Amino acid sequence: MSYPENAILVLVDVTPTGEAASSTAALIGAAAQIGTPVALVVAPAGIAQAAVDAAASAGAVSVLTAEADASALTVPVVDALEAAYNAVQPDAVLVSNSIAGRDVAGRFAARTRAALAVDAVGLSRDEEGVVAHHSVFGGAYRVNSAATYGAPVITVRQGAVDARAEAQPLNVETLAVSPSGMPAALAGEVAIVEKASSRPELRGATRVVSGGRGLGSKEQFVLVEQLADTLSAAVGASRAAVDAGFVPQSHQVGQTGVSVSPQLYVALGISGAIQHRAGMQTSKMIVAINKDPDAPIFDVADFGIVGDVFKVVPQAIEALEARKK
Amino acid sequence: MKIFVLVKEVPDTYGDRRLNLETGLVDRNASEPVLDEITERALEVALEYADANPGTQVVALSMAPESATPSVRRALAIGAESAVQIVHDDLAGADLGLTAEVLAAAIRRGGADLVITGNVSTDGSGGVIPSMIAEHLGFAQLTALSAVEIGSGSVSGTRASDFGAQPVSAQLPAVISITEAFPEARFPNFKGIMAAKKKPLEVLSLADLGVQADPSAAPRTIMTSVSEKPPRAAGVKITDEGDAGAQLAEFLVQNRLV
Repeated sequence: MSYPENAILVLVDVTPTGEAASSTAALIGAAAQIGTPVALVVAPAGIAQAAVDAAASAGAVSVLTAEADASALTVPVVDALEAAYNAVQPDAVLVSNSIAGRDVAGRFAARTRAALAVDAVGLSRDEEGVVAHHSVFGGAYRVNSAATYGAPVITVRQGAVDARAEAQPLNVETLAVSPSGMPAALAGEVAIVEKASSRPELRGATRVVSGGRGLGSKEQFVLVEQLADTLSAAVGASRAAVDAGFVPQSHQVGQTGVSVSPQLYVALGISGAIQHRAGMQTSKMIVAINKDPDAPIFDVADFGIVGDVFKVVPQAIEALEARKK
Repeated sequence: MKIFVLVKEVPDTYGDRRLNLETGLVDRNASEPVLDEITERALEVALEYADANPGTQVVALSMAPESATPSVRRALAIGAESAVQIVHDDLAGADLGLTAEVLAAAIRRGGADLVITGNVSTDGSGGVIPSMIAEHLGFAQLTALSAVEIGSGSVSGTRASDFGAQPVSAQLPAVISITEAFPEARFPNFKGIMAAKKKPLEVLSLADLGVQADPSAAPRTIMTSVSEKPPRAAGVKITDEGDAGAQLAEFLVQNRLV
């Protein structure tokens, strides 16, 4: 089997049930911007078909597959990535900047002594090779990075790349992997968080509605969910709302939570502490509603409303729902 | 049991964090340097184990310039028994690969049963150092833990994985990284601060570790450009006079956001 000269090897994150993670289309889309995407799907025996199909329809010209025991953490995926790297000889390796992806990228780069660049929000190519674009210190700086030589390993921020590649015919190859024997942690079954609704996942969402302390209580936080559902948006929250117990920590947007850069970010009752802004100010359009006219969130809002969220939001929902009819 | 805890000095997120636009390096004078809170929480995990298990050695480890020594001392004041700081001019602007190599070499030299780190730093927010170190040391790694149980020969816990909570375990030696779900570190008291002045703080150079910072030794990631993003300008701001909800709906429609 021969591979394109300008191959970009993409590691597809696979869910516990064998599907391609939501980051896949953007990863392969990013790879297509700098070369020819070749995907690697590593999953326990017999469950990977959905992920393989997804990788091809997202634009991978070939999909390599390797079986890995789900009870060993990270190491089997690194071993497979190493085998794929040796076979494909790519110009770069792209991995999702997810928890699983970071672990694999770190181990792989350390093992192969490859240059590692993390949390890229974009990729390009110049005459010397692949360049990763980063957004640093909560979006205050733009930084480009490159490897001094060799193919870089780059983790790509989820939801940051809009480019998508054209679907490719399915072209699958099974990879032979020799285990490294590196000690791995024993991993049990993931208790998959049941989604309460059909709302999109916060990471990578194109629209996000977030609530803060201004919502007042867990019961009243429902208002955030109602607007989110009207806009088909994901639900986010400030740290204050999480600490007050209005929503689980997995919804936290900011420095210490999830970083998002959606097309639309609506902040309800969020003052906009710098730690929160760090996780959302790269959003394309920001709407803020807050009682306090001096709330720092208004400094970054494209459309700010000084007012009571409990009056403004129901009215907006009503107007938007009326349009849908 | 010997536990190494990685501690890191970072610019305070409450201040104005700046990059030097000439060198691309963090401007260490722009805001107050602090010990990264997540690394303090990692230290607390080690200290709690040490409290319950006399004879445990807790070593704080940092790769940082000399100017960061007060932050390393803070880790001693909180309760680490000793500290190791790797200081070398060639490490200014070190990339992840070199950083991991240096930290792993220092841990190997000291001999660790367990390495505890924060999951992600607040400055670089890379989150890859734990698994890189684990690979260099040949240890298992358990990352993003929201709960942990340290035993005499093993470590187990709950991993906040991408898709939900996951039970994980490994034989020691191992590297673990912990999330913000863990409590804040104890506050250094006067006694701790005084004691910290007498605790051993070993300063190591690259030569002590046998690591080459030479650019030809391995591929490195370098910054090729840095620029400041213009601050986001505030847009329209209205005060609700009874129709702001309708105006918001109109704004979203006009901008094709619904």
